[in-house]
Amino acid sequence: MIYRETGQFKTTYAADQAIFPIVQDRFVVLLAAAAAFVVPPLVAGEYWLQAILIPFLVYALAALGLNILTGYAGQISLGTGGFMAVGAYSAFKLSTAFPWLNIVAVFLLSGVIAALVGIVFGIPSLRIKGFYLAVATLASQFFLIWLFNKVPWFVNYASSGTITAPGRRVLGVMVTGPNATAAARYVVALAFVAVFALVAKNLVRGRVGRAWMAIRDRDIAAEIIGVRPLRTKLLAFAISSFYCGIAGAELVFLFLGSAETQAFDINQSFLVLFMVIIGGLGSVLGSFLGAAFIIVVPIFLTNLPHMVGLDVSVALLKQIELMVFGGLILFFLVVEPHGLARLWQIGKEKLRLWPFPH
Amino acid sequence: MIELLRAVLVAPFADMAGNPTFLVEVLLGGIAAGLMYSLVALGFVLIFKASGVFNFAQGVMVLFAALTLVGLMDMGVPVPIALALTVVVMIALAFAIERAVLRPLVNQEPIILFMATIGLNFFLEGFGEMAWGANVKKLDIGIPDTSFIVRGVQMNRLELTAALTAAVMVAVLAVFFQRTRIGRALRAVADDHEAALSIGIPLKTIWIVVWSVAGLVAIVAGIMWGSKSGVQFSLSLLALKALPVLILGGFTSVPGAIVGGLIIGVGEKLGEVYWGPLVGGAIENWFAYVLALTFLLFRPQGLFGEKIIERV
Repeated sequence: MIYRETGQFKTTYAADQAIFPIVQDRFVVLLAAAAAFVVPPLVAGEYWLQAILIPFLVYALAALGLNILTGYAGQISLGTGGFMAVGAYSAFKLSTAFPWLNIVAVFLLSGVIAALVGIVFGIPSLRIKGFYLAVATLASQFFLIWLFNKVPWFVNYASSGTITAPGRRVLGVMVTGPNATAAARYVVALAFVAVFALVAKNLVRGRVGRAWMAIRDRDIAAEIIGVRPLRTKLLAFAISSFYCGIAGAELVFLFLGSAETQAFDINQSFLVLFMVIIGGLGSVLGSFLGAAFIIVVPIFLTNLPHMVGLDVSVALLKQIELMVFGGLILFFLVVEPHGLARLWQIGKEKLRLWPFPH
Repeated sequence: MIELLRAVLVAPFADMAGNPTFLVEVLLGGIAAGLMYSLVALGFVLIFKASGVFNFAQGVMVLFAALTLVGLMDMGVPVPIALALTVVVMIALAFAIERAVLRPLVNQEPIILFMATIGLNFFLEGFGEMAWGANVKKLDIGIPDTSFIVRGVQMNRLELTAALTAAVMVAVLAVFFQRTRIGRALRAVADDHEAALSIGIPLKTIWIVVWSVAGLVAIVAGIMWGSKSGVQFSLSLLALKALPVLILGGFTSVPGAIVGGLIIGVGEKLGEVYWGPLVGGAIENWFAYVLALTFLLFRPQGLFGEKIIERV
């Protein structure tokens, strides 16, 4: 940034290893976080909150989860949609079976359930690697969706097969269900994302994260220096699924309101994978940038013709959208295969030296 | 409990033994379906073998080829010319992909290239539908979709044709890979990019050739699937059907794609017919994956894939 670390001397290791070692950085981030809690609910309209900000936060959480698994631990997964579905259906079952349970506890518990399912489907990763694993994780995707479709117990025997978020309160404010305001739902989603982004950041720079990265970079070498592949890989699957599970629960409870299994199909898995790759593999910030990009671009593309006053048919628009979307992904990969996070980093480095780069 | 075990372990086999004609029909249906999957999986294998790219867009290439062919035929172009034009389009596509996607991304990590092919997938889907329309079209190039009966067993002409085509194609590809100069170059590139470059094999040309061949395979698969179920968007989902075949047979093996296809096709049909009703049916979406997964647990590189040797 335009400020520098000049004059800020560290006297303890703890201070040296802080997430934001520069005072100004810390200040700016705290301020931004506080602003994120206060400003949008007051300023942004219903449309902005509902159509852009809430899905952004929900998908950012899912992308964080997948980034832990794919970016840090190096296990490509195409089962994100399935794990999100586990979270959503568990949250639905928990909140309807125990109406007195606080919705925050419901979310956390459904995350735990998703984590357990994730461990089960992570077991093949011990033997299967690379793209074979990616395809194998599709098994979990298809199996889980089929299961939720087939067993009526999961939807409380509703004939429509739809799960609907019941209205629940946190601290006296309605946060889920049809009567909750978009602002309340936004704040809940933001709180979850903020807490879990912090957790993720600390996980990946600690012992656990280093073990993941060692496994990612060369698993045999990691094994030789004493990283246990079984525990490390399964832990990555568990934590990743935990995040995805909460994201799935939020998707239904805070964003959609009600959903069927189609909301968690294979396209969701790809969408989240896109976010991770476009944002940057192995970067917490990248998960947010990727989620923002993937959420905003389609909305922008849909509205663009209206903005410039063109009248295009819906079908044609859909096709152009697909083309531009695919083209943009190709473009970004060609320009910067390491994602938006890397671009951000490069920009920061440049600004640090600016205006005297030599 | 005993009841359940009986229903799972005994009753299906009793059913099979009780009606052998039906069993043969199911098996044949499975083989035919499996070969159709193999046709799609072949395209994956070719590209993975020669460039290490996991080409997710193969399914859409099938759709794109079929759409182009049908589009041209609808415009009144006779079948042979339409076919030739489709071939030209697919080769042009190979050139474009090499120039726009592969060349800038050379030496990137496999997952980045995989992502790029998913981007390509979206692009081609939009482009194909924009150029030729999104409604379901009927593809008819003169293979009747009718059945005939041999010794009490029903067979379908179209499926038989598809099976024969697959067999012929594999034979041709095998000769192409083993006997021709360019086939040898392809194998060299697959073995080691750098070594191939150092003895003067042009990577660019090889990639174009291999994507063109995959395009041709896509045309054949498109014709077969198009005549079977109409040319429509769902053709692009074939990629998902072909993936279990692919991991079962191994990413790098042409015969593996065929054998994998047969195992998946037969396994899927048997599972659907004899075990499916136990769990409420509609298991075909995931059964193939679980089947492939079981095989993978014993052979992580697929049945015929190259053994993965890791050194530290």
